[in-house]
Amino acid sequence: MKRLLSLAVAAGLFAGTAAQADVTLLNVSYDPTRELYKDLGAAFAASYKADKVTVNTSNGGSGAQARAVIDGLQADILTLALAADIDAVSKNAKLLPADWQKRLPDNSSPYTSTIVFLVRKGNPWKIKDWNDLVKPGIQVVTPNPKTSGGARWAYLAAWAFAEKAQGGNAQKAKDFVGNLYKHVPVLDTGARGSTVTFTKRGIGDVLLSWENEAHLALKESPGQYEIVYPSRSILAEPPVAVVDKNVDRHKSRAAAEAFVKFLYSPQAQEIEAKDFYRPRNQEILAKYKSQFPNIPLATVDGDFGGWAKAQATHFGDGGVFDQIYQPGK
Amino acid sequence: MKKRYLKPTEDPLWLKLILGAVTIGFIAVLLLLPLVLMFKEALANGLNGFWASMTEPDALASVRLSLIAAAIAVPLNTVFGIAAAWAIAKYDFRGKTFLVTLIDLPFSVSPVVAGLIYVLVFGMQGWLGPTLADHDVRILFALPGIVLVTIFVTFPFVARELIPLMVDQGRDEEEAAATLGASGFQTFLRVTLPNIKWGLLYGILLCNARALGEFGAVSVVSGHIRGVTNTMPLHVQLLYDNYDYAGAFTVAALLAMLALLTLALKSLLEWRYADELAAAHRR
Repeated sequence: MKRLLSLAVAAGLFAGTAAQADVTLLNVSYDPTRELYKDLGAAFAASYKADKVTVNTSNGGSGAQARAVIDGLQADILTLALAADIDAVSKNAKLLPADWQKRLPDNSSPYTSTIVFLVRKGNPWKIKDWNDLVKPGIQVVTPNPKTSGGARWAYLAAWAFAEKAQGGNAQKAKDFVGNLYKHVPVLDTGARGSTVTFTKRGIGDVLLSWENEAHLALKESPGQYEIVYPSRSILAEPPVAVVDKNVDRHKSRAAAEAFVKFLYSPQAQEIEAKDFYRPRNQEILAKYKSQFPNIPLATVDGDFGGWAKAQATHFGDGGVFDQIYQPGK
Repeated sequence: MKKRYLKPTEDPLWLKLILGAVTIGFIAVLLLLPLVLMFKEALANGLNGFWASMTEPDALASVRLSLIAAAIAVPLNTVFGIAAAWAIAKYDFRGKTFLVTLIDLPFSVSPVVAGLIYVLVFGMQGWLGPTLADHDVRILFALPGIVLVTIFVTFPFVARELIPLMVDQGRDEEEAAATLGASGFQTFLRVTLPNIKWGLLYGILLCNARALGEFGAVSVVSGHIRGVTNTMPLHVQLLYDNYDYAGAFTVAALLAMLALLTLALKSLLEWRYADELAAAHRR
């Protein structure tokens, strides 16, 4: 009854934006997907016939978003930057089962991405690969791995590169990554914050960026930046999941499940490719192959023993990142 | 030629000029220039663009949400402020200083902390969260949470404005009214309220300005759902991060205009009722 009341109040308050919607889904997503899920939400609302559906979106650093859902943000769908953040929701709030990632194809990731370098026009520092980032005087912009998913992928990409270059020596990889973070003047909480720091505020010589985010920056300010693909990066799999307890409470399960399935459909895969995410559908990927260069990619399962292990080892309290990064030093 | 001597209380001309120039220069560079640039950026796509950004559904939703939050928080804090000032000014009791300190707390606490304490109380991992969720009551990441933190951060404004004023006025007039047979409510309406009205209005204006402008505390409890739980300041940041600079500065300009309106009202009050307000500021 109280829920009905609050719904009625909400409908009254926001009449005009969502008045005719039968079902409202809340998609809690990570930072750079603002444009992607605006497009996908509209396409889904147009194609879904069972209900009149509105997809609301909340964007922020992946870790911070997981935290908000754990604290009670009523997400029907999670579309975060990496599996460990959805694991955290499953573990701490028990809103979905621990094996959520097995419920959808391709590790529940309808699209993939990778980490690239965004440099200023003409690449004045001749940055070609990870080694160039630790040269004296270079400033690197990347978000905080504690709160941002993209930052964790970037960290692991640097680590995978260094470990391979050093013949598998973990200590040397740690030294390299530690050295890299000494070149970072500011850690924003999310990927978009870092992009704004690099582009609008003009801080730094290179941005460690999601491939999609770098392409978007090129599109927003043509001719001002260049993308550099390093010799080796990482296969980033941003997963999606229906939040069981919340959809049952909201009676929105059918629409939420249809939405995550829709993300794998040819129509959605095409939208994802257009927004610079690498689609899983091979035909569509081939069609857009000019914007997705084929470079060697490490994987979190193959090189780091899966997200649960990588998260605990590198990003947990007192983990490797805490050991190598001391603000202001 | 007669030499002009300075009075001992008068500063030399060069000092006056320098002080004046520094003040005007500071205001121009730090206040006026950014404001002008903001309006210029807001109008980057012309008046039509400005209008389109302003009437965009998500922008309107953020305006509506901010106004609702202020419309609930300001009256509540007005009632609270009068009650608190009355209690402190007219009665004697132990722990009065402590109470005044408590009322000041939101001034000294960082807004982020203000937001987080509500997460601790109403969050799903917090004290009341699970119970509330069982009854389908939503506080955090919804309108009630936003209203609560707004009340918290704007809590002291009215009380702080009234306490010194009412202490200063003492209780003689109220006592006189009582001896003449006035009821408590009559005394309040006919004696106390007319005495404090300008201080009260001033406090309400400040309270309202802060309620509309609060960012940090609201950011913690909002959930940042576009078009649903983003207040105006949050929507400005969202648009800015979305590369929609014209849109961001349009909403920012709207916020600034609300602030300027408040400022104009405040100046009007100060000009019209300078004496009574001066009393309100004796602390």
